[in-house]
Amino acid sequence: MRNILAFDIHVPLSSFSLVVKGEAGRGVTAVLGPSGSGKTTLLRCLAGLTRPAAGWIRFRGRDLFSSADGVFIPPERRNVGYVPQQYALFPRLTVFGNVEYGLKARKVPARQRHSHVQNMLKKMGIERLASRTPGSLSGGEAQRVALARAMVLNPDYILLDEPLAALDPQTKQHIREFLRSVLKEASCPVFCVTHDLGDVRQLADRVMVLRQGRMVFEGRVEELEKEDSFVSSHISQT
Amino acid sequence: MMKRYDPSRAVPGEDHRSRAGADRHQALRPAPDTLPASSLSVAEWTIGLMLLLFLFLPVLSLFLAVTPQRFVAAFGEDVVREALGLSLRTSLMALMVIVIFGTPLAHRLATGRPFPGRAAVEALLQLPWITPPAVAGLALLMAFGREGLVGRYLAEWGVALPFSTAAVVIAQAFEGSAFYVQSARQAFAAVDRQLTEVSRTLGAGPWRTFFRLELPTAMPGLVVGAAMAWARALGEFGATILFAGNMQGVTQTMPLAIYTVLERDLDAALTLAIVLILVGFGLLWLLSRLRQKLS
Repeated sequence: MRNILAFDIHVPLSSFSLVVKGEAGRGVTAVLGPSGSGKTTLLRCLAGLTRPAAGWIRFRGRDLFSSADGVFIPPERRNVGYVPQQYALFPRLTVFGNVEYGLKARKVPARQRHSHVQNMLKKMGIERLASRTPGSLSGGEAQRVALARAMVLNPDYILLDEPLAALDPQTKQHIREFLRSVLKEASCPVFCVTHDLGDVRQLADRVMVLRQGRMVFEGRVEELEKEDSFVSSHISQT
Repeated sequence: MMKRYDPSRAVPGEDHRSRAGADRHQALRPAPDTLPASSLSVAEWTIGLMLLLFLFLPVLSLFLAVTPQRFVAAFGEDVVREALGLSLRTSLMALMVIVIFGTPLAHRLATGRPFPGRAAVEALLQLPWITPPAVAGLALLMAFGREGLVGRYLAEWGVALPFSTAAVVIAQAFEGSAFYVQSARQAFAAVDRQLTEVSRTLGAGPWRTFFRLELPTAMPGLVVGAAMAWARALGEFGATILFAGNMQGVTQTMPLAIYTVLERDLDAALTLAIVLILVGFGLLWLLSRLRQKLS
């Protein structure tokens, strides 16, 4: 079975409902839309942090959520790589401890854990930060740690919520390129929520555009680019 | 060609003088957010000092009323030793009960969804703050007394709670629990939701997330609450004397012993009072240290 994450969900929100259907395979899918369009809610549903009112979510044909069959797999049993907007690093743990957290929860033996973490830190270029605490990291460094913490578990799919929004413009460009190279290697579906068309152009292969809880466009990035008027009317370019 | 500034050529004396000038200028500048003293602040200090003196004098008098020798000698008396031991045992047991039953409730109230009747639960948890301990003692008698709502069934099984050491623990737990639950709830609510959610996505279930992440993060707040609850339990008087009675060695805790021996043995009463004050100040010190750590 191919690595396809598919969903058809209905989530009532305070002023409208998120009603979306779609699927994504290997590669980066950008979820684009103005703030308050339901992007983050979609991501939370895929992560298992929000339970939709109705519909289904499947990975490789297996139900992660199905209202018809009463199935709801909680986040800890989904094998998801989730990076929230503010990175949410554990402040009391070191960088090493943060990356190790998920492996410990999965009862990986200490020796294997150690080498997994070391390799991941090396891959992310943050070995020298291993014993630092999150409070002492720059935005770009924190981003890499959060990504390492998610990717060390070899997740089935990766969810990034506004990965670049918290960074200053210079760091942003740098991290964007870094993200691009890391995500290219990942052989699983990656969902990247953003409201920045620049992110979409550089990072994504496909794009889903949300507006008021509905998916108003789904397709390749180049196709979106052709529809100039569409882009300007549906996306805030900040 | 323009002349560039070269620090190595600068005249040492001149450099020194200008820096000293800058220092003096800075020293003269008032702190940005305080206004000069007014007649209001003078009046406030004068009246405020009277209150401070009013609070301090009795404490000082307590320490001056007994000589160190008589203070030490009082520990030889049975009534003092038994009250000390009983208070320590019962208050620690009450604290254990409070923490075991209060922690899950505090966590649920802090992180769970809103539920119907939440306001009633909140009010119930603040009851010990607003009702006099004597009322609590009477209420406990009506519930767990021989004829009480629950007590009559307990009596059938041969369990008699009133006027026993267990009753002391119950009275103390009743009075102290609100302090712990409030503080613990705030501590759990302050744990960043994003962190617990990330923990879940990393494969840690709700139990593991609670024990490995939320509990350690909230720990300073839990300790503050436990200290407040313990202080309240140690000082409990009204509910204890009504529900548990005043029997030396069985239900006579330190506050009760002070009240009992006051007329015939002032030294013993003073000694117990000083111990309670010292414990109180010790807890205050611990709390201020923890608050520093929290902020």
